[in-house]
Amino acid sequence: MAEGARHHILSVLVENKAGVLARVAGLFSRRGFNIFSLAVAPTDEARFSRITIVVDVESAPLDQVVQQLDKLVNVVSITNLAPHEAVERELLLATVAVDPAERSQVIELVGVFGGEVVNVGADRLTIMLAGGPDKIDDFEGLLGTYGIVELQRTGRVALPKLTRAQPSIAEAG
Amino acid sequence: MRLTGAQALIKSLETQGVEVMFGLPGGAILPVYDPILESSIRHILVRHEQGAGHMAEGYAMVTGRPGVAIVTSGPGATNIVTPLSNAYMDSTPLVVVSGQVPTGAIGTDAFQECDITGVTMGITKHNWLVKSADDIPRTVAAAFHVATTGRPGPVLIDVPKDVSNAQMDWYWPSSIDELDLPGYSPVREGDPVAVRRAAQLMLSAERPVIYAGGGVLKARATAALRELAERTGFPVVTTLMGRGCFPDSHPQCLGMPGMHGNYTAVTSMQRSDLLIALGSRFDDRVTGKVDSFAPHAKVIHVDIDPAELGKVRRAEVAIAGDCRIVIEELIEALAAAGLDGRPAAGTGQPGATGRPGTPAADRPALDEWWEQLRRWQDEFPLHYERDEGGAVKPQMVVETLRDLSPADTIVASGVGQHQMWASQYWRFDHPDTWVNSGGAGTMGFAVPAAIGAKVGRPDRTVWAIDGDGCFQMTAQELVTAAAERIPVKIAILNNAYLGMVRQWQEMFYAERYSEVYLSPDLPDYVLWAEAMGCVGLRVESSEEVAPAIDKANQIDDRPVVIDFRTDAFEKVFPMVPAGASNDAIVVHPEQDRNLR
Repeated sequence: MAEGARHHILSVLVENKAGVLARVAGLFSRRGFNIFSLAVAPTDEARFSRITIVVDVESAPLDQVVQQLDKLVNVVSITNLAPHEAVERELLLATVAVDPAERSQVIELVGVFGGEVVNVGADRLTIMLAGGPDKIDDFEGLLGTYGIVELQRTGRVALPKLTRAQPSIAEAG
Repeated sequence: MRLTGAQALIKSLETQGVEVMFGLPGGAILPVYDPILESSIRHILVRHEQGAGHMAEGYAMVTGRPGVAIVTSGPGATNIVTPLSNAYMDSTPLVVVSGQVPTGAIGTDAFQECDITGVTMGITKHNWLVKSADDIPRTVAAAFHVATTGRPGPVLIDVPKDVSNAQMDWYWPSSIDELDLPGYSPVREGDPVAVRRAAQLMLSAERPVIYAGGGVLKARATAALRELAERTGFPVVTTLMGRGCFPDSHPQCLGMPGMHGNYTAVTSMQRSDLLIALGSRFDDRVTGKVDSFAPHAKVIHVDIDPAELGKVRRAEVAIAGDCRIVIEELIEALAAAGLDGRPAAGTGQPGATGRPGTPAADRPALDEWWEQLRRWQDEFPLHYERDEGGAVKPQMVVETLRDLSPADTIVASGVGQHQMWASQYWRFDHPDTWVNSGGAGTMGFAVPAAIGAKVGRPDRTVWAIDGDGCFQMTAQELVTAAAERIPVKIAILNNAYLGMVRQWQEMFYAERYSEVYLSPDLPDYVLWAEAMGCVGLRVESSEEVAPAIDKANQIDDRPVVIDFRTDAFEKVFPMVPAGASNDAIVVHPEQDRNLR
């Protein structure tokens, strides 16, 4: 996955209603915008869901994507996160075919990356790793040398980075 | 008060102020048709659901109120997809109610089931599948709110049959807050900083053009636009959707730009150093090849839809807001920035030829620009070869219709050559008198749209200027018009061809005519008109044109159809070939020498 300025993250708060995902996806397809990844889940408030969309900004200017999305009646708000302004995480599940001789190597690799073996079969392991997109990419590449049987990534979720500035006395008071 | 969902739906429409709706019943919408018998709302029974949709559009375009149509599920609903798409492209407020199979049957491929909210997702501003009778009043109120505010547009409410039959306790939402629209809040006022920057650009422009579109009409901004134009002395072009938003007979009006715009309107934009786009969207039919459109112009773009700003052309100053409010803000900002408040134009002194002089008497900076514009107008007016004792010229029919009909006549048209001639040769001096299909280019729009317009403005004369190809697509709605006593008048410019396609094949496909011939007398339009309860007239020579129009204008108790047999070889000029730069404008062959 080539990272960089090509991709932008939109964190889109939508009404939690039937068909909303179809409206968002339909907008992207009919306007010719490309989605790189997409993750949807309810928020802490039952009325709303959050869709995290990684957009290919070479397919259309980001501003045009945001403005068109904002016209959807079910879209409540859009937060535009440049990659360096966001904390991003993604989860990977992978089942790898490993003969007993290689098993310890794979477990070691998982350990180095801070992942977890979540299921063990006779000649297979299912592994989980959560992390930033670069880390997941690296891990996926290294796993590839062992024969991946199945692999699933969730797509990114993201929140804005917190500012490090101390609150002023007035604000704190 | 206990009501059925169907009763609540009709009561909601009444509460919303609906006076007329266009529709056709069927299985899934049956419960809703029962309370119509007791309703104050006039229901007009169409012959095809597409007719209902276009009638609702015509009604909306001349009244500014949302048009309402009602159809059944499945094919009833899909038949109104074209009008929804048309209204979406032209930002016409429309509320369509469709029946749906009972909720328990949804997803089972039941008889006359169609996922119409899915089908229309991309061509409505929003749509709703109502799951409970309790939601009906709130949904209807929300639908009208969404259709009519911000950038107007069509909405659809899909009502399953069991929801119509269920009982509910009547209520009516008392405020917008109760409509459950947390993500909907259209802008109105322009950003004051941007407005001041726009005013500065306007004060220093040497070759400005106001590029006024349909948004000016939608925002009821015609008076504001006129004041802005007269205070600045700037020339105004009016797009196909904006025709009538600034009077054609005003000395500062340059007419229509675009693919079939007049030479001066097109070229003024090409040479401009500042385009002030008001409620217009840089449509490809206006810009031609975008890369070479108005290459020297800075752009001020005012639109109520923020997504239009920068979509096609980057704007130096982009202002999201209601056109009327922003124009008024601009006028104030210009006055504050030192523009003399005196109206400068409209005062243009009529010259010896009847053409007004330079309007902006107190803006000497614009003198040179106006001299250039007047030269273009003199050299390249709209032109066609007058009657040579041969075939009736379609342009002459439009001019005669214009001259013999009241000044505030409403004109509807279909799509093609006749539409361009109507837009070019009519004199649009009043807002909301031009009803045509601009963005979608829907053939067959004219007849039903004219009927809807006449229902909305029964006091006005309504003429449809139609083509023979278009007429054959939706003519059956004249039965509706005759039955409902809606006396519209239809002028068919019958050239026996799909004329615009023929023109392209002649000019760009080496005269290889493929599937464009229709025949002048199959069908027999006079017999057809009579069969539908209309008066049918036929005109075969230039001398018969005016008498036939006079006769038609005197008939006020039933629809009239005139079959004008016109010259099949006539082409629409000027023309910018598709995909070419506007600089490559092709004028009438007789004017060609002036270009060299």
